[in-house]
Amino acid sequence: MAGKTLYDKLWDAHLVHESDDGSCLIYIDRQLVHEVTSPQAFEGLRLTGRKVWRTDANLATPDHNVPTTNRAAGVAGIIDPISRLQVETLDQNCADFDIPEFTMDDIRQGIVHVVSPEQGATLPGMTLVCGDSHTSTHGALGALAHGVGTSEVEHVLATQCLIQKKSKNMRVSVDGQIPFGVTAKDIVLAIIGKIGTAGGTGYAIEFAGSAIRDLSVEGRMTVCNMTIEAGARAGMVAVDDKTIEYVKGRPFSPKGDDWGNAVAAWADLHSDDDAVFDCEVTLDAADIEPQVTWGTSPEMVMPISGSVPNPECELDSVKRTGMERALEYIGLDADTPMNEIMIDKVFIGSCTNSRIEDLRAAAAVAKGRKVASSVVLAMVVPGSGLVKQQAEAEGLDKIFTDAGFEWREPGCSMCLAMNADRLEPGERCASTSNRNFEGRQGQGGRTHLVSPQMAAAAAVAGHFVDVRDFVNTIGEAS
Amino acid sequence: MRAFTQHKGVCVPLDRPNVDTDAIIPKQFLKSIKRSGFGVNLFDAWRYLDHGEPGQDVSTRQLNPDFVLNQSRYAGASVLLARDNFGCGSSREHAPWALEDYGFRSVIAPSFADIFYNNCFKNGLLPIILDAESVDQLFSESADSEGYALEIDLGSQSVTTPSGEKFDFAIDNFRKHCLLYGLDDIGLTLQHVDAIKIFEAKHRATSPWLFS
Repeated sequence: MAGKTLYDKLWDAHLVHESDDGSCLIYIDRQLVHEVTSPQAFEGLRLTGRKVWRTDANLATPDHNVPTTNRAAGVAGIIDPISRLQVETLDQNCADFDIPEFTMDDIRQGIVHVVSPEQGATLPGMTLVCGDSHTSTHGALGALAHGVGTSEVEHVLATQCLIQKKSKNMRVSVDGQIPFGVTAKDIVLAIIGKIGTAGGTGYAIEFAGSAIRDLSVEGRMTVCNMTIEAGARAGMVAVDDKTIEYVKGRPFSPKGDDWGNAVAAWADLHSDDDAVFDCEVTLDAADIEPQVTWGTSPEMVMPISGSVPNPECELDSVKRTGMERALEYIGLDADTPMNEIMIDKVFIGSCTNSRIEDLRAAAAVAKGRKVASSVVLAMVVPGSGLVKQQAEAEGLDKIFTDAGFEWREPGCSMCLAMNADRLEPGERCASTSNRNFEGRQGQGGRTHLVSPQMAAAAAVAGHFVDVRDFVNTIGEAS
Repeated sequence: MRAFTQHKGVCVPLDRPNVDTDAIIPKQFLKSIKRSGFGVNLFDAWRYLDHGEPGQDVSTRQLNPDFVLNQSRYAGASVLLARDNFGCGSSREHAPWALEDYGFRSVIAPSFADIFYNNCFKNGLLPIILDAESVDQLFSESADSEGYALEIDLGSQSVTTPSGEKFDFAIDNFRKHCLLYGLDDIGLTLQHVDAIKIFEAKHRATSPWLFS
């Protein structure tokens, strides 16, 4: 019999019940809760008189709606009354149902997918869900993690389980030395460019290979975060020494004897050598360049040395029409060199790229330089209050503000523009977020997804540039 | 949950691949703490020429005459015909809520994004996967004939065109059963309460750090 994949192991370890028709009940170890996808779930519990199965398995924090400026007044300071009500409703629901919550004025508040690993609330071997598609992030720690809808949020609150059918196994292997200037973000964008936004539909993806192992745990989170952009609900990376080192000593991490026992148990969280995957994809890290998206889907991506593709060269008529539509929306002509695309705004943040290493990387490019005068707004939004605190301790905030970036309070911010941070119609943004959909960052706004380094370099140059050249030659630090 | 057994309704073709849930229901409407009322803002950025905000009186808004849902021949449509990877992106269940609230009972496409597909079943909305060739045929027939209606029968897992042509579709047995009878998932799961408790006790014994 063939060995098991990491996904098989995580699945088997949480299987509560399997029906004759193949539908399964899977036990969920952790649920993360935020204000947007939970109110109707709590309302459902109230209407049916159901209780929360295990309150301590949940952790809540508001992130989508919170403002990134003027936070002194807390929830009461949210100007938009509808947003304010949603955050107040989360606070009330957490109080009523006894759910642990990091409220807006708590230093630990932030984007759920930054907060939970930071606290050690995401652990290897766990099953973890959240009413947010970027829950795939947590798979970077060797967990089975994916987004769910609000009905499933309620289901997990009430039963600690999820009704699931097992996905197929896909392995994406990236081998070889990661070139200078290439980051986890570029790797995952290159993967999505290769397999497409529906390439992973129906699969759980394990990211493997020497280039993935060489990434830091935070880098692996960036890769797993965008698994959903390739169509797969869950992405994961095998546990290694880096994972253990990352988890050690965090507030929710195992302590005392539990620590040793947990580490021993986690040693098995990798695919067996003889495991068989339903689909294998391989990339050579040496071929990957810094990436920039050119269209309205994350699969519409190009290396910085390339040009906007020409729909006339596309043979598939549905795809060609999609490309034409994307170019019309994004306001670009075919064959425009990527490094000639001018930008209006820069957003460094989101659950993809707002951790301390992301901010350090962006600051290294911004240091001693100035945001171009043609850029109307360049903002840095840390992923959590603790990331912000750490960045300030390292003086990164000063580097950013000296360069002309705005230094903001933690939240989802302009990744999806539910708060006041947004693009105006026609504005073009270099963004470290995860989705370049039409209107995602504001109606009529035009999003180009890039790494933190590439975003910082674009802010200084006023247009996309190859960060590899930039660091050495262009926009010399003063 | 509302049951789905059979349905006959006018079919509206939305001819673009990768329609994401941000397009189905834009983010500003996600601030609502209710489960209903999203239908008027379904496909908001495509359907209206002006920018929409929650709580607006939509009767005062400017409709985009080019958007397919606004064309009079598709008024009252309840079956949405779509392209590949429909419902990709965000996990927001507000997307099926908006489709259902607008009046759709079924979406037919060659493929769906996983989370959206799953969310539909929790809301009495039937997502039907047909092969790309059959979907192409439905697109062209619905464009050619006004009032083109499809008859959907979940029991026999079939879609029937006005000419009587039948397309069979596959569906997971458990989901079919729940939809046919409008069953509440949580109620069903709680029938396994003993199995959950037994699993949990064992899990706690082997991995106590997950319970502290």
